[in-house]
Amino acid sequence: MTAVSLDGVTLAIGGRRILSDVTFQIADGEFIGMLGPNGAGKTTLIRALLGLAPVAAGTIRVLGAPVQRGNPAVGYMPQLRSPIGDFRLSGRDFVVSAANGHRWGRLWPAKSDYRDAERALELVGATELADRPLIETSGGERQRLLLAQALLGQPKLLLLDEPLISLDPRRQHAVIDLVRRVQQELGIAVLFSAHELNPLLGTLDRVLYLGNGQAALGSVDEVITGPVLSRLYGAPIEVIRHNGRIFVMSDQYELERGEHLHDHGHAHGHDGHHHHA
Amino acid sequence: MSTCTIMGMPTVTTGITIMLSYGFVIDALAAGGIVAVVAGIVGFFLVMRGQTFAGHALSHVGFAGATGAVLIGVAPFWGLIALTLVAGLAMGLLGERVSGRDVAIGMVLSLALGLGLLFLHFYTAFAAQATSLLFGNVFSVDHSTVLTLGILGAFCLVALALMARPLLFATLQPDLAEAKGVSLRAVSLLFMAIVAIAVAEAAQIVGVLLVFTLMVGPAAAAQRLTTRLSHGIILTVILGLTETWAGIALAYQTDWPSSFWIAALSGLAYFASLGRARFSA
Repeated sequence: MTAVSLDGVTLAIGGRRILSDVTFQIADGEFIGMLGPNGAGKTTLIRALLGLAPVAAGTIRVLGAPVQRGNPAVGYMPQLRSPIGDFRLSGRDFVVSAANGHRWGRLWPAKSDYRDAERALELVGATELADRPLIETSGGERQRLLLAQALLGQPKLLLLDEPLISLDPRRQHAVIDLVRRVQQELGIAVLFSAHELNPLLGTLDRVLYLGNGQAALGSVDEVITGPVLSRLYGAPIEVIRHNGRIFVMSDQYELERGEHLHDHGHAHGHDGHHHHA
Repeated sequence: MSTCTIMGMPTVTTGITIMLSYGFVIDALAAGGIVAVVAGIVGFFLVMRGQTFAGHALSHVGFAGATGAVLIGVAPFWGLIALTLVAGLAMGLLGERVSGRDVAIGMVLSLALGLGLLFLHFYTAFAAQATSLLFGNVFSVDHSTVLTLGILGAFCLVALALMARPLLFATLQPDLAEAKGVSLRAVSLLFMAIVAIAVAEAAQIVGVLLVFTLMVGPAAAAQRLTTRLSHGIILTVILGLTETWAGIALAYQTDWPSSFWIAALSGLAYFASLGRARFSA
């Protein structure tokens, strides 16, 4: 069975085409790194897989079935937000709030919801961390709690939207290693969107690169090449490999790094502050 | 010294017994108790959602409703609740787009107060009651008002209990809640309707200008002192009831306005919670 399959899919927001006639398949149990410049449609694709963004043309199937909003087999980790207010709510209560939290007519979570939350916290090694107030956790710790929320209900597919944003390199690797371990332990598929390829090298099974309304899915050697990226960026791109790292250059300017920094500043402007573990 | 203590104890007990023998005191304590619980619990979620300013604005809109109602011969409470409901639903409909718009909300708030003043101007005989609308007068509450507050309050709490989990989910993790099928708009709309009723109730006790003291004070203090959701809600109710009942008793004793005492105790509890949090950190 395929985890995700797109067949001739076009996604558009407000009349603007984000993806045009895109076709690819992600197999069960694969770790896919999703890359691409800002506005290439990484978040839009995730929202389409969740049933939150309309499909203009083509068919999307998730775990062998048509897209269905609220599909319990799909885990989702949204981009990190700073908590509002100064409620010293514990990480545990924060995670539990998402365990069947969509159900109306119940005052408190059921016993099974608490058990599910404990299982998810244990998976990400956050059992003790969860006792602490959420507002006192660092960015890396909060990502672990968000991952625990995404693992509630035993999903078969994880959609992670920019889990590395605003983390320093050491914490980035901790998050990647954690996701990889959990993914292999549970044997589930992961779609991991990121701004930079290098931290994910050696972990990802295949790369999904979005750009210019198109998508390329394949091994790093197949996708991260001058010709493929030039097509996706709509500009001449040079790929330089050095010391096991890959640099994507346009006119001597390193693209991914520039974009990462740009987005970093952007996030700062929005949230006011970020914690570093 | 020892005789003083022995003499003092029965005096306090007798004082309380005498106070509780007055019907208007019992009504005030009942009304205050109902509103403290309802406004406290609704306010708990309002504070968590970062929408306290919207709650503040609703009460000012309610002032225009109350004075307008009197002009057309309707009881002020119903005018107040009608307008807070309309404004609450409007805020709920606009949802996320309005929650950060402090300027827009502030303008609506001033406009409503201005309108309320104009309505007062047309109905000069009503001026005496303006103070009680703005600052509340819990001792003027009668039996039938207590009953109305009780029924509306019960409605608020039942509705809140039914929506508790999606409301919490949408508050803490809106993106994930939406992906799991929660309609953020439905949650926002329903919650603002509940807030509107709670605001109208709180205005009966402390007036439209001091709604913060019952809706925000206890919840904000409780959220700084606890890490558990359930403990936070319980502490909010305890703080709200204590502040309200002690405020009423002090007002009875001193003949100072009850709203002053409730506002003072609410502020005291909040700033004490700030101090404690700083001390422990």
